[in-house]
Amino acid sequence: MIWDQSFALSIIPQLLEGLQVTVQITLLGFAIAVVLGLVVAVIRRLEIPVLSRVLGGYVQFVRGTPLLVQAYTAFFVLPAYGLRFSAVVTGVIVMGVNYSAYCAEVYRAGIQDVPRGQWEAATALSLPAHSTWARVILPQAIRSVVPVLGNYLVQMFKDSAVLSAITVFELLNAAQSIGSSNFRYLEPLTLAGLLFFLVSFPASHFFRTLERRLAPTH
Amino acid sequence: MITFQQVSKRWGDNEVLKSLDFEVLPGEKVSIIGPSGSGKTTILRILMTLESPNEGLVTVNGKTLWDVKAGTRPKEAKEMRAARRDVGMVFQQFNLFPHMSALENVMEAPVKVLKMDKEQARARAVDLLEMVGLAKHLEHRPPKLSGGQQQRVAIARALAMRPKVMLFDEPTSALDPELIGEVLGVIRELGHSTDMTMLMVTHEMRFAEEISDRVATFDHGRVIERGAPHEIFNNPKEERTRKFLKAVLEH
Repeated sequence: MIWDQSFALSIIPQLLEGLQVTVQITLLGFAIAVVLGLVVAVIRRLEIPVLSRVLGGYVQFVRGTPLLVQAYTAFFVLPAYGLRFSAVVTGVIVMGVNYSAYCAEVYRAGIQDVPRGQWEAATALSLPAHSTWARVILPQAIRSVVPVLGNYLVQMFKDSAVLSAITVFELLNAAQSIGSSNFRYLEPLTLAGLLFFLVSFPASHFFRTLERRLAPTH
Repeated sequence: MITFQQVSKRWGDNEVLKSLDFEVLPGEKVSIIGPSGSGKTTILRILMTLESPNEGLVTVNGKTLWDVKAGTRPKEAKEMRAARRDVGMVFQQFNLFPHMSALENVMEAPVKVLKMDKEQARARAVDLLEMVGLAKHLEHRPPKLSGGQQQRVAIARALAMRPKVMLFDEPTSALDPELIGEVLGVIRELGHSTDMTMLMVTHEMRFAEEISDRVATFDHGRVIERGAPHEIFNNPKEERTRKFLKAVLEH
């Protein structure tokens, strides 16, 4: 199969539309993941009887099952129980929930890295628990894990290709459908891969730089 | 102002405090000296509620901070929090909030705990930071400050809560020698200018002698000897005090 330059150029607009969906799903899913992950991490750390353990189980379970299985289950099984969403919404939720478990572990490490003296100073000043978390612990914990979260964002961007399996019309799905309707896969798949790379490479470079900039202050 | 009655603290088999009875009067400046591992810091940490005693009664300013009958769980109650409000602490490692400026460090608790309005809290924080000689560093964050400056911010931060009791846990131990003087200067000034009760764990013997109304020597979780500084330093009655002083003063 020889590269057909004019065919390749002609399919770029369709692929860009797919890329746009991929980016949207990634950003929305990531927004869910960072918020939900933070809530999970804090509750686990508060050691609330039962609830903290349940959330510990949640993290282990989500991390211990493949994203594709989660996506299929959400798409094919949940509607049988009356939970029916569009493919895109299902995809965003699956990505958000999946990555929330990873984010929760990242936050947990960040919280653990805040020196004990910070908690003690907060106690010595009689700061109430919510101020201690919101003003003292989390700003330091989050700052130190921003680059790691950034790497997860990039990984999520690439993982979102899995959602083509549940009919989300993102970049990979766009490439596949161009391929099957034209009986040419070389150009669409190559270009899809290239587009993934053109976004993810500068993004991960950015987060590496950020990591150096945000070196811990202690 | 502070009383310890029959207070014990254990870490596994290691008994850090043994049925300790100890008292500090209102306005008194007391230094605790003794070999490391003798339980000195534990006294301060129990007063700051950073550790709980296994047994005994601790009161501050007439309020019960800890009341642990053997075998019962310590209850964290309203009264404990009220008692803790009267206590401020300066740590060996400063423990400033690194993401806040010096000013924000000092303002934080008055705004969040005392519900002071921001302008008032800021004005007071500026006064306090001026008092400890840091008028030029209000906007600087701790990583930009020297150890001596950080510790002075920490003193201002503790004072902002208007404590009746100030605890100093080896406030100069983490400092380079040339920075110790500026911190001791601030503490000395505080001792002369206020009637605050001060309890200090320190290895600076000259300073302890100069600033204290009373000195207590500790060893193995007990008070070995207590008295006026000149008596303890010049004419100690207990053999163990003599030994300890000999060891630290020689070196």
